[in-house]
Amino acid sequence: MNEFRHRQAAHCESGVVSSMLSHHGLPLSEPMAFGLASAMSFAYLPFIKIGGMPLIAYRMPPRWIIRRASKRLGVRFVSKTFRNHKRGMDALDRQLDAGQIVGLQTSVFWLPYFPDEMRFHFNAHNLIVYGREGDEYLISDPVFEEPVRCPAADLQRARFAKGALAARGLMYYPVKVPQRIDYERVIPAAIRTNEKIMARAPFPVLGVRGIRFLADNLIRTSKRSDARKRLPLYLAHIVRMQEEIGTGGAGFRFLYASFLQESAEQLDSRALAEAAEALTAAGDRWREFALAAARVSRKRSEMNIDELADLLRDCATREAEVWQLLAQWQASDRLRDGAQA
Amino acid sequence: MERRKVPQDAACSTYGGHRKLVYAVDDDGHYTGVQSLGWEAESEVTRLAIEEFEALRDEAWLRAHHGLTSPLEVHMYERRMDLPLLAGASGIWRWRVRRHFNPKRFARLSPRLLRRYAEALGLDVATLKQLPPRRSSSS
Repeated sequence: MNEFRHRQAAHCESGVVSSMLSHHGLPLSEPMAFGLASAMSFAYLPFIKIGGMPLIAYRMPPRWIIRRASKRLGVRFVSKTFRNHKRGMDALDRQLDAGQIVGLQTSVFWLPYFPDEMRFHFNAHNLIVYGREGDEYLISDPVFEEPVRCPAADLQRARFAKGALAARGLMYYPVKVPQRIDYERVIPAAIRTNEKIMARAPFPVLGVRGIRFLADNLIRTSKRSDARKRLPLYLAHIVRMQEEIGTGGAGFRFLYASFLQESAEQLDSRALAEAAEALTAAGDRWREFALAAARVSRKRSEMNIDELADLLRDCATREAEVWQLLAQWQASDRLRDGAQA
Repeated sequence: MERRKVPQDAACSTYGGHRKLVYAVDDDGHYTGVQSLGWEAESEVTRLAIEEFEALRDEAWLRAHHGLTSPLEVHMYERRMDLPLLAGASGIWRWRVRRHFNPKRFARLSPRLLRRYAEALGLDVATLKQLPPRRSSSS
């Protein structure tokens, strides 16, 4: 069996990347994996429906973290999908027998070790298999405190569940891992990409503007004729997207703030530390919004939609300030580099 | 969020006794991972989503009982799926799935189609064809 240490993470994909690369000799925290992949975002996507509700995303789409983090760090992953279920399981076994730890994309619903209340149909969950014993696989699921076990038949079903974001048995493992990270280079590049996503998105439903769009949409929804039935479900839907299944709190805002703080220490930058604090404050507002929205959706407090929308707008303003701080930091950084050259 | 303010609402938790990792700052302003036993806001919306599926299932059960829909619709909600999800998971177009909610059509379904539904729902074909026993909402 492989010498592998399980580490709990807030989010499955950044957790898998962080654990896998650390295992292969490149120590990397979860916030670093998330931040270097420029994975924080906001998107209100009305044409993708989940249970009749628009998709509201607080991060970039699945697979983004693995792709972007590996590109930025110079890691090479081998990924394979399978048509044939049995071949997919055999390929996994071969890698495990060869001593490799293997990342898998799976459905959440069909993993029996998930508590019943957490089982929903989401096909882009990530986990690490680090061994097998008899008919059971030994799994390091990043969102759990301890390693877990899963029977082969269930794991197969979870890997090959069809539908939106279907994994098609996807498995991956790194074949080339560098031994060090050039933080001076990768942190500014990662932040620049993320600043583009959040502050300079080409559509009004993306980035900081997307948050304001959601606030306006909340008010529009409250004026629909079916608002009494739809609004509580809509609010619940938003809060679930923000807090359920591993966002590290406040829809990845605390995770990214933690990345900014770690970056501030790496680069000894006062500006980055300030940005981290400002984003933490924005995250706190998101948590306030979640609490208020949950109460309204449960009808435990009066519907005051204007107040909820204002909370969202405040989140948007605060985040806009964070990205402005970061843009200024980049500009002054370039200036300093120019002076040195 | 400050470390001391990380919610530990175990009583209403939807984590099934597990603890989830969130990021919070300690007294010196440093970020650390903190385990949380549950949060009221999250539990409430999770429960709401589950109850919505249960309500749909019970309502479909009544209609199936009166011969107005097929067991397929009941099984679908029982598995926390809706029409687009079941269509995606079975690879059968939505309009066809909708037609299979007709009890007469469902009764005549080919073994091949039944197997595809059974596979998508994680049931055996015999169970799929039967209306499951009635369940109470507050399970």
